[in-house]
Amino acid sequence: MDTLSENKFLQFLLLLGIFIVLCMIIPESEGNPLWRLPPLLAGLPLMINNGVDYLMFDWLPVAVYDPDIEEYEQIPIMRQFTRGVSGFILFMIELVRELLLGGVKTIVTFTSWDWATENQWARWPALPWTVVAGGAALLGYALSGWGLAIFAGVAFSYIAVFGQWEPSMQTLSFVLIAAPVSVCLGLALGVWAYKSRIAEAILNPILNVAQIMPHFSYLIPVMVFYGIGDHAGAIATIIFATPPMVRLTLLGLKKVPAEVTEAGLMNGCSSWQLLRRVQIPTARRDILIGVNQVIMQCLAMVVIASLIGAKGLGNDLLIALNRLRVGLALEIGVCIVLIAIVLDRLSMAWANQQTDYFANQSFTERHKHLLIFLVIFCAGVVLAFLGSLVFKEGFNYFYLIPHNKGITTEPFWQAGVDWIWDTFFYSLKAFNEWLIVDVLIPIKTAYLGMPVVATFTLAMGAGFIVGGIRSALIVGGFLLFIALTEWWDRALITAYLMTIAVLISGTIGIIVGTLCAQNKLSSRFILTVCDTFQTFPSFIYLIPVMMLFGVTDTSVVIAIVVYATIPATRYTVEGLRSVPESLHDAGSMSGVNRLQRYLSIELPMSFPHMALGINQTVVFALSMVIIGALIGTDDLGQLILKSLSEKSGVGNGLVLGFCVAFIGLAIDQILRTWANQRKAALDLA
Amino acid sequence: MKLRKTSMIRSLIVAASVSLMAATGAVRAADSTAPIVIPIHNWSSQIVMAYVLGGMFEGMGNNVEYVPADSQAVYESIRNGDVTISHEVWQSTFGKSFYNAMEKGGVIDVGTHSATTLEEMGVPTWVIDEGLCPGLPNWEALKDCHENFTTPDSGGKGRWLEGPQSWHGDLMPERLTALGLDDKWTVKFAGGADALWTELAAAKKEKRGTIVFNWTPNFTDAEGFTFIEFPPYEEGCRIADGGDGTCGSPKGWLKKAANYKFPKTHPKAYTTFSKVDFSTTQIGEMAALVDIEKMDHKDAAAKWLADNEDVWMPWTK
Repeated sequence: MDTLSENKFLQFLLLLGIFIVLCMIIPESEGNPLWRLPPLLAGLPLMINNGVDYLMFDWLPVAVYDPDIEEYEQIPIMRQFTRGVSGFILFMIELVRELLLGGVKTIVTFTSWDWATENQWARWPALPWTVVAGGAALLGYALSGWGLAIFAGVAFSYIAVFGQWEPSMQTLSFVLIAAPVSVCLGLALGVWAYKSRIAEAILNPILNVAQIMPHFSYLIPVMVFYGIGDHAGAIATIIFATPPMVRLTLLGLKKVPAEVTEAGLMNGCSSWQLLRRVQIPTARRDILIGVNQVIMQCLAMVVIASLIGAKGLGNDLLIALNRLRVGLALEIGVCIVLIAIVLDRLSMAWANQQTDYFANQSFTERHKHLLIFLVIFCAGVVLAFLGSLVFKEGFNYFYLIPHNKGITTEPFWQAGVDWIWDTFFYSLKAFNEWLIVDVLIPIKTAYLGMPVVATFTLAMGAGFIVGGIRSALIVGGFLLFIALTEWWDRALITAYLMTIAVLISGTIGIIVGTLCAQNKLSSRFILTVCDTFQTFPSFIYLIPVMMLFGVTDTSVVIAIVVYATIPATRYTVEGLRSVPESLHDAGSMSGVNRLQRYLSIELPMSFPHMALGINQTVVFALSMVIIGALIGTDDLGQLILKSLSEKSGVGNGLVLGFCVAFIGLAIDQILRTWANQRKAALDLA
Repeated sequence: MKLRKTSMIRSLIVAASVSLMAATGAVRAADSTAPIVIPIHNWSSQIVMAYVLGGMFEGMGNNVEYVPADSQAVYESIRNGDVTISHEVWQSTFGKSFYNAMEKGGVIDVGTHSATTLEEMGVPTWVIDEGLCPGLPNWEALKDCHENFTTPDSGGKGRWLEGPQSWHGDLMPERLTALGLDDKWTVKFAGGADALWTELAAAKKEKRGTIVFNWTPNFTDAEGFTFIEFPPYEEGCRIADGGDGTCGSPKGWLKKAANYKFPKTHPKAYTTFSKVDFSTTQIGEMAALVDIEKMDHKDAAAKWLADNEDVWMPWTK
């Protein structure tokens, strides 16, 4: 065993040696295929684009009557289909939204615009915010108890009092559709993958790509297929939020012990009963992490979704930032985080509820929460009515607090931002200059100075040492795709930004995670911090970061690091916490001190977890590439951003997205194989 | 391609039948009650103007809906009919997206505002007052002041912070080379407008020189912003059009766009929209209500409509 691992180390040294020699001997010249491969796939984006255009605008046209212009129009069947889907999703979102905020669209769906315009009385009234906040508190109480009740009530009141009610409810209605759809879809796909090996084999690469591909690159296709509006935002969100749910469902189901399944079968469960009553409840822990991830991802997408028409907080946030009103943006960001945490805690409490099979309750006992809600509802409506008598200037503070008419803490936050700026600007400036001149630029130049053959040798060699010929070929395949597009140099710059960010994030994440995992309270605390940062829109800290570090690569790296440190920390904490107590005790009995225990028991035991954490760090870092582009980079992200306005935007966006995803997948291949090997080794031991 | 031909024939037939119907007096003149979808982008004047137009349409009895949209991607949506109009099409920034969508069919040009726009590299006026580059706004001054505009990553050259590459491609790097300034200056593409404004704020704090891409009318006008005067623009002077590439930006137009069905579905609203014509001052006023007086966009639009009835009332007639 020892000699083998020594061998691997030597193998790596040898590989590095070959790599350096290759870098030295191959001259930089455009025509040399050893330096850069010819862009054989350059035509691919245009082909995809023409394909999509044909599908959407020319394929199988059917005549559809348009009453507005009183004539028949040729509409391709694909477009009819996708617009049907959009219409349905939009209807659902509008339904929830109008329950919360009032409106006319749902009524129009069942009648027509003509009718609704003639009958101005036919407007659905909004729920007063007091009723919604009270209802949320009640739900918290019913599902978990006073703690959650107070938290939910306070969170919603905060949103109302600070004048973000309308956009928040718009965002909420959109999340309340996108999140359950993602959860159900994820659950169904996860079960399917569990039942069928082929399905798993098909889903796995799709999930990988969907998760790593920067969201911007599928914004344009989503927009072309489904139009613009809340539904398009919801669809983009679902694409982004479903993969972790599928993965965690599959993971959970796989971990269900065979004994449990057999016990179910012996009791005569049908296949559906087995799934519903035995396997899913047993896999609950992982499935719940999946639900948590879906909610976090949904709210993390709020801002991006607003670029293709989702109304609400995301859009307000972009507008606030465009006026450099960081304070206002922070306030909006807090609302997004609050919604995320409330939804997460409520759904956790709901899923963790125990059914009491023996209770024999009367009508009032069974329906007590419904009755209390009715009381809250009536009280809220009466209060709103009284409010309409008190507040004469058009804003009824007991009904809907109008946008930006609440209390504002903007000056406070703004002062904080200004203080940070005044205090740290000059000291950071020197650091920034050093970092750019002595670290970032040399590394970037080194990356760009790699001949393509050397890069392939290094990556495929690493794949070979870790996972044999199979890994080497997979890694090589991914890189080959990128190398054959016109964007290899751009991809190298993306790789350089990612490498630096992952190194920093991984180090911070493992250190912080290790420290916090030492006791239960601090672990819980750091996990909440992780949740907060995962949903807190990264756009907000772009502005302060840019103010401090300018429009430079430093800002980009920092923005990526803030986001990418989350998984490194999370997985480290979870890995260390999952080391069984008995092993700690065994260690202590053998006379190890704390540090020794950490180094020789906990660290090796949780290594597979940490490796997955680093894997996720890579994924997060790559998905931030586009946020980096919003600061200003010259990598793949910049081109993805550019594809928004191009004629062949769909094709360019998708192919660029694949390039980013493939960088991630190549790294994923190596890290995952390694982690699995370590896992197997630990199980054997 | 086939589709467009049939739709052209169709519209000919429609035109013929409409004129026939008009002759018999049977034409339906009223607007459809389906909502007019107005896009909301992320800068103040555009948002206020969206609500101003929405207010005008609503006053005429139309239903209006606002939808947030990316300012580049919106033209594709107008083409598909998901968005009805766009009321601020800036020549150099959105002209490409606008004409790309028009070329594919489905977008129509609804005329030009009298406001002229300028989109050009420039400096905050205090940079000139501080004497960081004596001789500005004449571009020749750039020949010997680049030291005051360097950044750590610019490799000793002065830095031009240009907008995202999606706005004008390689126009600025080409211009630097054409003017022979490329050994002293380099171009960095920012990721978005936020990055430009942040750079302006940060440079002011530090009192260091900065050259950024900017436009007018814009909220930066209030604080003082001076555009650099390059050799004047002539038709075909850019490298992409076969010229030598030394020229500056033209005085640009600000257009209005709409989906091709809009004139048929909402003839009255369309007529009004085609008459809508804002001047630079009016656009500045709208932006100032939000940026300087810190009003909410909707409130600002309501105030503007109330204060300027004599301006917009005739358009709705």
